[in-house]
Amino acid sequence: MIVGERWHGRPARDCWGRGMARSKRTLNKKKETDDVKSNAPKADTRTAMDRVKLARHDDRPYTLDFVERLFEDFVEIHGDRRFADDPAIVCGFARFHGLPVVVVGHQKGRDTKQRGYRNFGMPKPEGYRKAMRAMKLADKFGRPILTFVDTPGAYPGIDAEERGQAEAIAYNLREMAKLKVPVIVTIIGEGGSGGALAIAVGDQVMMLENATYSVITPEGCAAILWKDSAQADQAAAGLRLTAQHLLKEGIVDRIIDEPAEGAHTDHDAAARFLDAALTRQLAEAVSLGQDERLSRRYSKLRKFGRWGMAAQ
Amino acid sequence: MPWFSKKNKRIESVPLEERVVKTENVFVKCDGCEEHLFQRELEEALQVCRHCGHHFRIGARERLEMLFDDGKYEELDAEVISIDPLEFVDTKPYPNRLQQAKQASGLPEAIINARGKVGEHLVFAGAMDMSFIGGSMGSAVGEKVTRLIEHALNEHAAVITFAASGGARMQEGTLSLMQMAKIAAALAQLEEKRLPFISVLTDPTTGGVTASFAMLGDVIIAEPKALIGFAGPRVIEQTIRQKLPKDFQRSEFLLEHGMLDAIVDRRELRDFITKTLNFMMNPEIRSELELERERRAAS
Repeated sequence: MIVGERWHGRPARDCWGRGMARSKRTLNKKKETDDVKSNAPKADTRTAMDRVKLARHDDRPYTLDFVERLFEDFVEIHGDRRFADDPAIVCGFARFHGLPVVVVGHQKGRDTKQRGYRNFGMPKPEGYRKAMRAMKLADKFGRPILTFVDTPGAYPGIDAEERGQAEAIAYNLREMAKLKVPVIVTIIGEGGSGGALAIAVGDQVMMLENATYSVITPEGCAAILWKDSAQADQAAAGLRLTAQHLLKEGIVDRIIDEPAEGAHTDHDAAARFLDAALTRQLAEAVSLGQDERLSRRYSKLRKFGRWGMAAQ
Repeated sequence: MPWFSKKNKRIESVPLEERVVKTENVFVKCDGCEEHLFQRELEEALQVCRHCGHHFRIGARERLEMLFDDGKYEELDAEVISIDPLEFVDTKPYPNRLQQAKQASGLPEAIINARGKVGEHLVFAGAMDMSFIGGSMGSAVGEKVTRLIEHALNEHAAVITFAASGGARMQEGTLSLMQMAKIAAALAQLEEKRLPFISVLTDPTTGGVTASFAMLGDVIIAEPKALIGFAGPRVIEQTIRQKLPKDFQRSEFLLEHGMLDAIVDRRELRDFITKTLNFMMNPEIRSELELERERRAAS
C-alpha cells in the first residue's frame, strides 16, 4: 500500500457490527460552537493547555479511525477469558502494508451512546487483561505489536477496584517488558497516567504532535496541589506533558506531525503522517535480533528518571 | 503575736506553670478504639493497640528494625536523592517541599533501602515512609527500588518491599510515571532468575505504587485494615457520585476479592516472612545461578 492511500481491505467494523465509517460522518458536520478549531493557536504558540484541549477534542481521530485507514484485514478479538470484554480497549489482528501485526488501543466513543459503551475510553481490569492476552498471542506467533494510547486514565470505579485495577496494570508493565516481539507505542490523544502506561511499554514510543502524556490530569493536579481546579492551565504547563517536552526528556522517541490545525480537522491527513512514522519505526524494529531488542528495551526503561547524588 | 507560729520556713512550692503532670509522649489515644495506651507499651507491641489491634502508621526505619534479625541492617543507596527536573512550582517550589520533607521526616527520601538477614536469609528490603511528601514515588524512589532489585540479582537474594504511598509524585510529572515501568522491568528480571519478591502493603498503598511493584509480589501481604487501591476513595466517590461502602479498599476487602495472599498482624509479620523465605530460598536455584555466573565469567 502506498503511503497515504486509503485502505482497501474489508470495511472495518466495531464489535457491534457497525461500520466504523459513521464516525467520519459526524466529523463532516461542521460545528459552529467549535471554539478550539476556530481559535486554535498556531502550532508553535500553543500552550500546554491548548494541546490538552486538542488531545481531548471531540473530533480527534481515535484508534479505530486510524485502524480503518492504516490496516488491512482487521479482525477484532474480544474478552479477557476471565470476566468480560471491555469495549474501552480494542485488540485485533491486522496487516500493515502486508505485514501481520497485532493492534491494541484505547477506544473512545464519538456520540453519547458510544461514549457510554466505550466508557469514555477508560478501561477496567478486563480491558488490560484482554490487551495482555492479545499481546501474548503476538508473542507466541512472532508478530509485532502496535499499540495506540488514548485514555483519560484507568477507570476509577468500585467494580474496577474489586477486580484488581492496580494488579492488572502492574502485570501488564512487567509482562510487556518481557515480550520478545517488537512493540511500537503511539500516543494518539490523551496519555492518562497508569491507564495509558499499561499498554505503553515498548521499544519505540511515538507521540502525535498535540497528544499529551501525564502522571495526572492538569485538573486533578491543580485540585490536589493548589486546592483549586481553576489552576489547571498552570498545572498543565508545570507537568510538562506535551510531546515536545517529553521528547527532550527522552521519554518519547519521536513526534508525529498533525495537520496544521490539529488531527481533528483531517483524519486522512493525520493517518498519512502516522503511516509514514509507523512504517519507518517498524522497519527498524523488525531488523533487530531478539536479544538486541530486549536488551535495548531494558536499558531504555532503566534510564528513565532524573535524580541527584548526595555528597556522602 | 498569734498563739501559733510558724517554726519552719515556708515550703518552696513548684511554680504554677510547672504544676502540670506531663503526659505528652506517655499516653496515646488509639485511633481505632479510643482507648488510652501507654506509649512504652505501645512501642513494645510494635505500635499495635493491645485492645483493638489497630495498627499505627510507622516510619521506614522502625519498619526495617522490626524486620531484620536483631534489628540490624546496613542502609544502602542513601546517596540517591530527588532533584527538581521540571522546575515545578505549585503553592511553593518543589525544592522547598523536598527540604521541608527531609527536615520533618529525618529521611533522605520516601524510601529507605537496606541489606540484612531475615531468619538467616540474605534480604534486600525497602521501606517507604508516608512522612516524606506522602510517600510519593518520584525518580529517586523509582531508582532506589530498581537498585534494590539489582542488588538482589547480583547477590542472589530476596527482595522485600513495604509500601506506604499516595502514589506517583506529581512534581516530577511523567518521569514519576515512568518509574512504574522501570521497576516492573527490573522485577521481570528478578522473576526470570527465580528470586523471591515479597510485597507488604501497609496503610495506605494507592496509585502508581500499587499499580507497579506493590501488586507484583510472589506473595502479597497486607497489614490489617490498611487502605489499598488504585484510585483513591475520594476520586471514586467523585466519579460515581455515591458514597462508598464502609470497608471498601481495606485489606479485608482485597483479601475477599482474591487480591492478597494474607493479612498478617504486625507482631507476627517477621515470623510469616521467615517461613515464606524458608520456602522460597531454594539452595538449588542459588547454586544454578552461581554456576551460570561462573560460566559467563569464563566465556
